[in-house]
Amino acid sequence: MIVSHLNLGDYRNYAAADVAMKPGANLFVGRNGQGKTNLVESLGYLSTLGSHRVSSDQALIRAGADSAVIRARLRHDDRELLAEVQINRSSPNRAQVNRSQIKPRELPRYFSSVLFAPEDLGIVRGDPSARRRFIDQLVVLRSPRMAGVLADYDRVLRQRNTLLKSARSTGLKESQLTTLEIWDDKLVTLGSEIVVVRAKLVEALGPPVAAAYSAVVGDDHRPTLSPVLSIAGIDAEEPDTGVRGEQTARPDDVVPTTVAEAAASFRSALASKRRSELDRGLTLVGPHRDDIAFGLNALPVKGYASHGESWSFALALKLGAAELLRAESSLGDPVLILDDVFAELDQGRRSRLAAAIAGFEQVLITAAVLEDVPATLTAHTVHIRGGQVVDE
Amino acid sequence: MYEGIVQELIDEFGRLPGIGPKSAQRIAFHILQTETFDVSRLAELLTELREKVHFCEICGNVAEQQTCSICRDPRRTPTLICVVEEAKDVVAIERTREFRGLYHVLGGAISPIDGIGPDELRIRQLLQRLADGTVQEVIIATDPNLEGEATATYLSRLLQTLEIRVTRLASGLPVGGDLEYADEVTLGRAFEGRTIVSN
Repeated sequence: MIVSHLNLGDYRNYAAADVAMKPGANLFVGRNGQGKTNLVESLGYLSTLGSHRVSSDQALIRAGADSAVIRARLRHDDRELLAEVQINRSSPNRAQVNRSQIKPRELPRYFSSVLFAPEDLGIVRGDPSARRRFIDQLVVLRSPRMAGVLADYDRVLRQRNTLLKSARSTGLKESQLTTLEIWDDKLVTLGSEIVVVRAKLVEALGPPVAAAYSAVVGDDHRPTLSPVLSIAGIDAEEPDTGVRGEQTARPDDVVPTTVAEAAASFRSALASKRRSELDRGLTLVGPHRDDIAFGLNALPVKGYASHGESWSFALALKLGAAELLRAESSLGDPVLILDDVFAELDQGRRSRLAAAIAGFEQVLITAAVLEDVPATLTAHTVHIRGGQVVDE
Repeated sequence: MYEGIVQELIDEFGRLPGIGPKSAQRIAFHILQTETFDVSRLAELLTELREKVHFCEICGNVAEQQTCSICRDPRRTPTLICVVEEAKDVVAIERTREFRGLYHVLGGAISPIDGIGPDELRIRQLLQRLADGTVQEVIIATDPNLEGEATATYLSRLLQTLEIRVTRLASGLPVGGDLEYADEVTLGRAFEGRTIVSN
C-alpha cells in the first residue's frame, strides 16, 4: 500500500498542506522545527489513532483552530481509497472513507503504517511499560479483537485493585472474599489470553527482528527476545536485584503456549501472592507486570548495550514488526516511516539500512540534513520550510 | 454566568445524567421564554414522583403501590424469575412480549470502583424469594459487560447449591444487522458462543 497524496488542514504548524508522494522512498528535508515530523506523524495517526509524541489529541490541532483534518489518498494494487479523519477540539472525532462516514476506530482497517522515531529508543531503554505498549499495539494490529480483551483486562484490574484496597481498610469481609474470587476468574481468563497472544507474537517477532538487526548492523550479535512473565514468578516492576526493568528471562522458564497452561500458572501465582496483595491493596501478578527481555550476545540490552546498539535494536524491532505485518497483511506492505533516523547512524549502517528497506512499497523518511541520507533514497525529495511544503 | 435563579436552575439541570451545560441552559431558557409551558404541572409531577412512586417490595421494580403491576398480575408464570440490573431493563424485556415470568431488579451490578458489592444489591431478597421452592428457573439478564458478567458469575455460584436451573442470556450478533458491520469484539464473542446446527 502507498500514500499517493497527503492533505493537511490546521494540523500542528500546517494551516494547509498538500504533498504528493511516490512509491518507494520519499524524503522530507528541512531544518529543525519546520514541521517534518508533524507531516509523517499525521500518517502515523491515521493508522493508529494516536501520536507517537503526545497522548492527547489536543496538541495536534493548530493553535487557534477548532479542528484538524488529515486526508490521505491511498493506493493498493489498482484500488484508490480516500481516508480522512477530523480531530475536533471539543466534540468527538469523525472519520470518512471514500466520503462516507465510518467510526474513527475502524480507520486502521484501511491503512497501516509502521513508524520509527527517536522516541522509540524508550522501548529498549525505558520502563517495562514502554515494551508492553509496543507489543500490545502490534497485538491489536494483528488481531483487532484483542483491543477489547486488553481494555477489559485493564478494567478488571482497576476493579480488583479497588476491592483489595477497600478490603485492606475495612478488614476482609466474607462477601468481599467471594467477590474477589470472581474478579480473580476474570483476571485469569483475560490475562492468560493476553500472556499467550503476547508470547506467540514475541516468538514470531524473533526471526524478523534478528534479520533486520544484522541487516542494519552488518554483524550477527545474536539478538533475542523473550517474555518475562510475572505468572512465572518474575516481577519486572520490582526485580530483586539490579535496575528496574533490567531483566533476563531465565533459560529454564517455560513460556506457556496454551491459555489453559497460562491460566494454571496464573492461578498458583495469584494464590502465592494473595497475602501481599491484601497487604498492599494491589494486584501483583498478571500481564500488566510483565516485560520482554531483549538480549545481544547473551547479555541484556538494557544496562549492557552501547547507545548505538540500543538504537539499532529499537530500529530492528520496528523493522521486524513491519516485516511481520507485511507477511500477514492483505493490504500490501505497511507504509514504513523513518523519522529522523539517519542522523543517528554511521555511514556503514546508513547504507545498509537503505538496502534493507528497499523492498518496501513505500518508505517515508525525514532528515534535517540531506547529506545524512544515502543517495539511493533521495530520488523524491520534498523540502519543508516553516509549515510550508516546497516540492522541488 | 447568569444572575441568581436562572444560573441556579441551569446548575441544577446540569447535575442530571445526560445533560451537559449547553442543554441545561437551553432547557432553562425554554421554560423561561415559553409562556404556554406549564411549570406547576412539572413541579407537581416531580413532587408526586418522590411521594407516590416506590420500589416494589417483592422485585424492586418501580411501583405506585407496595408491589408492582407485574408482581400483582396472576397471569404471570411464578416459576420463572428474570434477574436484571435496573428497572429500565424490565421495560426493555417487557417490550419483547416474549417473557411471561416475574422479575427481580438488583439495583445495579457488582463494581468495587463504584463501591457496589453484593451487600449493596438486592441479592438477599432474591434468595428469600427462591426459598419456598416455587421458582424453577432463574434467568440472569445482567448487562453483557464486565460488571454484569461478574454479577452473573457471582449469582450463578450462589445459586449452585439450590436445586434451581440457572440460565444466562446469549450474547453475539445483533439480529437484522449485517455481519460485515459488526465490530470485532462482538463478532469475536459470537464466534466463541457459536452453536451446532448439524453434526
